[in-house]
Amino acid sequence: MSFLTIVYALLFYAATAILTLGLAYRIAVFAKTPAPLKIPTTPAPVTRTGVVLRLFREVAFFESLFKGSKWTWIFSWMFHLGLLLVLVRHVRYFVDPVPMPLVLIQPFGVYAGFAMVAGLAGLWARRFLVDRVRYISAPSDHLMLLLLLLIGFSGLMMKFVSHTDIVMVKQFFRGLIEFDWHNLPLDFPLIVHLTLVATLMIIFPFSKLLHAPGVFFSPTRNQVDNPREKRHIARWAKKLEE
Amino acid sequence: MAKADFEVPELKEYIEVPEIVEGTMAHSKPFYAAPQHNTDLGFPGELVDNWQEKALEKMDDLRKRYRSFQVYLDSCVKCGACTDKCHYFLGTSDPKNMPVARQDLLRKVYRRYFTLPGKYFPNLVGAVDLTKDVLDEWYSYYHQCSQCRRCSVFCPYGIDTAEISMAAREIMDSVGVGQKYCNEIIAKVFKIGNNLGLPGPALADTLEGLEEDVFDDTGVAVKYPLDKKGVDILLITPSADFFAEPHVDGLIGYGKVFHEAGVSWTLSSKASEAANFGMFIGSYENMRRVSLRIREAALELGVKRIVFGECGHAWRVAYSFLNTLAGPFDFLDPNYPVPQHICEFTYDLLQKNALTLDKSENDDMTLTFHDSCNVARATRMGDKPGGQFEIPRAVIKAVCNNYVDMHHETIGEKTFCCGGGGGLLTDDLMEVRVKGAMPRMTALNNVIQDEGVTHMAAICAICKSQFTKVLPYYGMDMDQIVSVHQLVSNAIQLTRKTEPETPGEVEGAEAASETDTDAEE
Ligand code: HEM
Ligand code: HEM
Ligand code: SF4
Ligand code: SF4
Repeated sequence: MSFLTIVYALLFYAATAILTLGLAYRIAVFAKTPAPLKIPTTPAPVTRTGVVLRLFREVAFFESLFKGSKWTWIFSWMFHLGLLLVLVRHVRYFVDPVPMPLVLIQPFGVYAGFAMVAGLAGLWARRFLVDRVRYISAPSDHLMLLLLLLIGFSGLMMKFVSHTDIVMVKQFFRGLIEFDWHNLPLDFPLIVHLTLVATLMIIFPFSKLLHAPGVFFSPTRNQVDNPREKRHIARWAKKLEE
Repeated sequence: MAKADFEVPELKEYIEVPEIVEGTMAHSKPFYAAPQHNTDLGFPGELVDNWQEKALEKMDDLRKRYRSFQVYLDSCVKCGACTDKCHYFLGTSDPKNMPVARQDLLRKVYRRYFTLPGKYFPNLVGAVDLTKDVLDEWYSYYHQCSQCRRCSVFCPYGIDTAEISMAAREIMDSVGVGQKYCNEIIAKVFKIGNNLGLPGPALADTLEGLEEDVFDDTGVAVKYPLDKKGVDILLITPSADFFAEPHVDGLIGYGKVFHEAGVSWTLSSKASEAANFGMFIGSYENMRRVSLRIREAALELGVKRIVFGECGHAWRVAYSFLNTLAGPFDFLDPNYPVPQHICEFTYDLLQKNALTLDKSENDDMTLTFHDSCNVARATRMGDKPGGQFEIPRAVIKAVCNNYVDMHHETIGEKTFCCGGGGGLLTDDLMEVRVKGAMPRMTALNNVIQDEGVTHMAAICAICKSQFTKVLPYYGMDMDQIVSVHQLVSNAIQLTRKTEPETPGEVEGAEAASETDTDAEE
C-alpha cells in the first residue's frame, strides 16, 4: 500500500469526522438557542404548512435573493444547482451497486460541473466589479470561491482531459467505508481534487458555509405569524415572571 | 425650505444606488445618556472600567438567549443582496450603512473572540479586537439604523440587521454607553407613564379640551374618557396623539369612531403611552416592564378589549410581543384579538356598513399612503397575511375619493422607512434623518409631480413627527402629512347624539353592552 494512500485515507477519516461532528455541534447550538420573540418578516405564513412552503421556496428557489438581486440570483442558482447535481452524481463512488435513478442522472451531471464553475465565476466577478460587494468581501470570501472553483476545475480536468482510474477511486472509498483499504491512483488532478475537497470538508463547520443549516433556523423565516392566537415564551423569559 | 448645515440630497426621478464614499457619516452620533438615565433602566451610569470584558460577556449572553443573533452572526455569506436596500446607505453613500457592513461591525468582533478562524487567522476572515475605536464606531453606526427590517426582506437567510442593532445597543447599554434620547424617554415612561412626561391631570385637561373642540365643531358630545372603569375598550395610543399635529386629529377620529360604534372606552393615565422604546434598545427586560403597565391598566380598569392607536413600532410590540411580554390575556373578551389595531376596528365597522361617511369632506386632498416599516414587515392586521397593507388602504379609500399608491417598489413589504424610526427621532441625528428620508421623499415627489398627490397619510407617530420635520428640507410642506383617522374624522357623520352608556355603572348595563357589541359584529 502506498504511503500516499495511507495519508489520504487518514485525511478523509479526519475530514469526515470534523465535518459531521462539527456540523452536528453547530446545528445543536442553533437548535437549542431559544427564540424569545416572534419576529417573522411579514407578510408571513399563518400556519405551519405555510412556513414549510416558505422555507422550501427559500431553499429551492432562493426566493428572497430573487427579490434582492437578479444577477446574484442567476449565478448563485446556477452554482448551487450545479453543485447539487455534481454531488448526487458523486454518490456513485460511495455506493455499490449504483441505484437506477443515479445512473439516469449521470449524463446531466456533466453539464452540472460547467454550470457550477460558471456560476462561481459570475459570483466571483461580482466581488471585483460591484463596489459595494468588493467593500464587504474579506480574503476568506475570495478564497472560498477560489477553493470551489479549483475543485470544479480539477474535477472537469479528470472528466475531459486527463482521466483517472475511476474504478480504483471507487475501490479506495469503498475500502474506507468497509475498513478494507485499497490503493489510490496517483494522478495529479485527482490528488488536487481530493486535497481541496478535504479542505472544504474541514472548514465547513467553521465558516460561512453554515448558511446551509442556518437558513432553516432563521426566526424571520421559520416562525408562524400567530402571536395573538398563541402565546410564545422562551424558558429564560418565563423565569422573569416568577 | 428648511436650512441645513449639511447637504440635503437632491431628489431625482429614480432612487439611484450611489457609489460608496467611505466615512461620510462617521461623525454622526447621538448625545450620550446622562448617568441617571442609564441607572434608571438598570444599566451602569458610565463606561465601566473593564468594559471590554463586560461587553464580550454580554455578547456571549445574548448569543445564548437569542437564536436570531447566533444564526445571523454565523450565516451571512456576503452575497451583497442587502447592500443597496437600506435608505441610510442610499441617502448617505457611507458603506458602513449597508446592512451587511453594519452587521460586520459587530460580527468581526464576534469572530475574533468566539470562532476558531477569527482567533487564529483574524486577517483572513476580517476579525478585529474590541477596541475603543470599535466601540465608538458601534455607537455611531448602530444609531444610523432605524431597525426597519427592509434588509431582511431581501436577504436569502432573512438576516435582520435590526436584531443585530438591538443587540449592539444592549451590549453598549450594559457597559454604560447609553443613548440619551431612548434612555431618557424610557425612564420617563416608568416615572410618569408616557414618553412626553405628561402627568395625569395635564392629560385630563387636554382631553377635556378635545371634547370641547369636537362639540364646538360638530354639536355632538363625543367623549374622550380617562381612567373610566368598567368600559369595553382600553385605548392605548402614542402620547403624541394628545396634542401634536397631525397626531391629535387622529385621536379625535378614534373617539368619533368609538362613539359611532356605540362602544364605551377609556384611555389610561397609567398606560398613557403606546410607544415602547425598550424595543429600540433591544432590552427584553425594559420592554417587558413598559408592557406590563398595559396589563395592569387593563386589569385595574376592568376592560374587555385593548385597542391600539396609530403607531408603528408600538403596533409591533403590541401585535407581536405583548402576549409574550405581558400575557396571557385570558381575562379579556376572547371574541376579539388582543390587542386590536384601530384600523382593524374601523375596518370591521366599514364591513358592516355601520359608519355614515361623507367622502367629499376630503375632496380637497389627493392622498397616498406611507406603509410604516414596523407595521409592514413585523406585524399583521386582520386574518390574512398582508392585511397590514390592505386594511389601512381600505379605510382611507372608504373616506376619500382621491387615492393613489406610490411606486410599488417603495410600498408594502418593500416600503422605505421615514428615516426617523428605531430611536433616531431626535434633533442630534437630524442629518442622518434627512438623508435617510431621501428614498421615501423621491417616491412621494414622483406621485406629487405625476399624479397630483397633495397629502400622505401614515399610521405611525414617529413617521408623522419625522415627516413634519423633514418634508420642509425637501421643499415640501410640513402639513402634507396626515393621520389616517384624521381622514376618517373628516368624513364621519355623527349619527348618535348621546354618549354610549358605561356597563357596570348603570342599570341594565348587560343589555346595553350586548347590543353594543352586536352592532359591531
Ligand atoms: C471525496 C469526495 C470526492 C471524490 C472522491 C471525487 C472524485 C471525482 C472524480 C473521480 C471525478 C472525475 C469524474 C470522471 O472522470 O468522470 C470528479 C469530478 C468532479 N468533481 Fe469530484 N470528488 C469528490 C468531491 C467533490 C466535491 C465536494 C465537489 C464539489 C464541490 C466535486 C466536484 C467535481 C466536479 C465539478 C467534477 C467534474 C464533473 C463531474 O464529473 O461531475 N467533487 N470527482
Ligand atoms: C441548504 C442548502 C443551501 C442553500 C439554501 C444555499 C443558499 C445559498 C444562497 C441563497 C447564497 C447567496 C447567494 C450567493 O452569494 O451565491 C449562497 C451562497 C453561497 N453558498 Fe450556498 N446554499 C446551500 C448549500 C451550500 C453548500 C453545501 C455549499 C458548499 C459547498 C454552499 C456554498 C456557498 C458559497 C461558497 C456561497 C457564497 C458565494 C459567493 O461568494 O458569492 N452552499 N448559498
Ligand atoms: S434594518 Fe433598516 S435601517 Fe437597519 S440596516 Fe436594515 S435597512 Fe438599514
Ligand atoms: S443579504 Fe444576507 S447573506 Fe447577503 S450579504 Fe446581506 S446579510 Fe449577508
